[in-house]
Amino acid sequence: MSTASVPLPNWITYGLMPLLNLLVAFFISGLVVWWIGENPLEALRLLIEGSLGRGDAIGFTLFYTTSFIFTGLSVAVAFHAGLFNIGSEGQAYLGGLGAALVALALDQYVPWYVTMPFAVMGAALFGAGWALIPAWLQAKRGSHIVITTIMFNFIGAALMVYLLVNVLIVPGKMAPETRTFLPGGQLPKLDWLMAWFGLKLGPAPFNVSFLIALVMAFLVWVLIWRTKLGYEMRTLGISPSAAVYAGIPYARTVIIAMLISGGLAGMMALNPVMGASARLQVEFVGGAGFVGIAVSLMGRSHPLGIVLAALLFGILYQGGADLSFEMPNITREMIVVIQGLVILFAGALEYMFRPTMVHIYQRFKRA
Amino acid sequence: MDFFDIVVSILGSTIRLSIPLLFTALAGLFTERAGVFDIGLEGKMLAAAFASACVAYLTGNAWLGLCGGIAVSIIFSLIHGFASITNRGNQIVSGVALNFVAAGLTVVLGQAWFGQGGRTPQVSGDGRFTPIILPFADAMREVPVIGPLYANVISGNNILTYLAFLAVPITWWVLFRTRFGLRLRAVGENPGAVDTAGISVTWLRYRAVIAAGFLCGFAGAYLSIAQSAAFIKDMSAGKGYIALAALIFAKWKPVPVMFACLLFGFLDAFANFMQGKAVPGIGEVPVQIFQALPYILTCILLAGFIGVARPPKAGGVAYTKER
Repeated sequence: MSTASVPLPNWITYGLMPLLNLLVAFFISGLVVWWIGENPLEALRLLIEGSLGRGDAIGFTLFYTTSFIFTGLSVAVAFHAGLFNIGSEGQAYLGGLGAALVALALDQYVPWYVTMPFAVMGAALFGAGWALIPAWLQAKRGSHIVITTIMFNFIGAALMVYLLVNVLIVPGKMAPETRTFLPGGQLPKLDWLMAWFGLKLGPAPFNVSFLIALVMAFLVWVLIWRTKLGYEMRTLGISPSAAVYAGIPYARTVIIAMLISGGLAGMMALNPVMGASARLQVEFVGGAGFVGIAVSLMGRSHPLGIVLAALLFGILYQGGADLSFEMPNITREMIVVIQGLVILFAGALEYMFRPTMVHIYQRFKRA
Repeated sequence: MDFFDIVVSILGSTIRLSIPLLFTALAGLFTERAGVFDIGLEGKMLAAAFASACVAYLTGNAWLGLCGGIAVSIIFSLIHGFASITNRGNQIVSGVALNFVAAGLTVVLGQAWFGQGGRTPQVSGDGRFTPIILPFADAMREVPVIGPLYANVISGNNILTYLAFLAVPITWWVLFRTRFGLRLRAVGENPGAVDTAGISVTWLRYRAVIAAGFLCGFAGAYLSIAQSAAFIKDMSAGKGYIALAALIFAKWKPVPVMFACLLFGFLDAFANFMQGKAVPGIGEVPVQIFQALPYILTCILLAGFIGVARPPKAGGVAYTKER
């Protein structure tokens, strides 16, 4: 009998195997570090110190975590409906436009807490809008969503550069960015939250969007496991033919799932645009959309797993930045290698250890 | 510069910009026809560019550089095969992963070995593929129309350019006129039938991804030691994705792939030419339109507005022999 059909207990499938895959990814990353002549354990120590050692380091770690929670949720929602949304990067980029337009329009008149709900809606709306065409093409014309979302990442990047260089730029300035938002268009930092733990935030841009991200994680959990729509999406993800047979409208579910996914990706923009730089800049997303793929795969598309995986990647991004100062031989791109290896082992090779695991498990059960 | 000179210069750069697309799109043709999606074309090209530049710099030999690029590219292909064929993992996830590994590893290793911020040192002399002047190019230059076209577009390219155009009929012949090609296309449409005929689906698909790695090696070498003289961080700059778009735009057929790559190369060349120039009556056309055009065209095609792009039926699905 093939080992693929042997059931394994949940703690192995959702606990041990992801952990094992992660360890292999880290082990190979360690080999790369050793190969270029540095001590992997020393690098690991510096990485953890640089991401969790001080108040501002933790602030930066959580700042990155916030972005990754949004994009991770975005990928996960689409994934539950059987759709692979590689376009979170572009949807987040466009989401930035939505957030920035709201901030530019309102920041002179109202305080931040009035701007915020509109900014959330603006970001989500623009992100969802950018997902709409690929969603429609998948639902109605059968075009592969992976290809169309990749194409839309590039189209979105070209569009945003055009808008920033030609339309949104401050007249007379060289840098392709909008004007700086007034405090009414900025999301305040969470110094008070850090102060609870006796930590000083310092210059780290850890801000209110972290709380929005946690709320969204909870809402996604409700959506996927506690609503009719979520049930329909999961059914579609497991078996499209069964879903259609059961009367679940294919086109509608695909489009709604992608709109939610795009909206979540768009909200990611709140964090860097309104929470950190207080202006819209070229390439502010910086690959967070793609990190979302790794986060979602590692978190097994469950909001709790995604928050934890986002924290791990936040640690990697902040710690990696710090590490490249301490060990100039290891550049920031080391994080991209680790990210790739995590996607490879937690995603594409997720079943590599399954047959071995099944054999060990069966031997234990018999004994 | 008069109009004709401009046309010649744009056509010349069209050829130069299409070559990496052409090699990569043909690479994708082999895997996708065999039923393995390959998002990782970009990463393979980048890794091959880095390896070619390193080997060419160390040995001073462009051909050894090319071999180095091919070897590394094939290793990436084999990892993709191991994940998506042997372990039946998600082919898209595996491709995405390899793109990240390539994007990161080239810079990390480049910085560790050469300390120039991810660049490799300049490759010069025999370490590069230099332009070949075809016979009579200078003599023909004076002939009207044909002369400049021959001298500036057809002649004066490096050997890889000619190999790329040679690869098109070879690919067509392999895929449509050999037994291997027939089986390869069959495995992309209905692997079950191929398996029933007693032919190994796994081994066929592995050969397809190896062929793709081989071709991506050429694309990478072209970028780093033919077009430029060193590896630069992220030098593939999305060309792997444009090649993927070209492959879809050409509906997974070799000769249309060549024309699609030339079209996308032309758009790129035209965008470079138009930068900062005003069109009478319209004003300055933003370059971003030309940059986005290949992707927009591909989406319109995928939407079924310009004929139907029907991908190989078994694409993206791992073959399970035993249930």
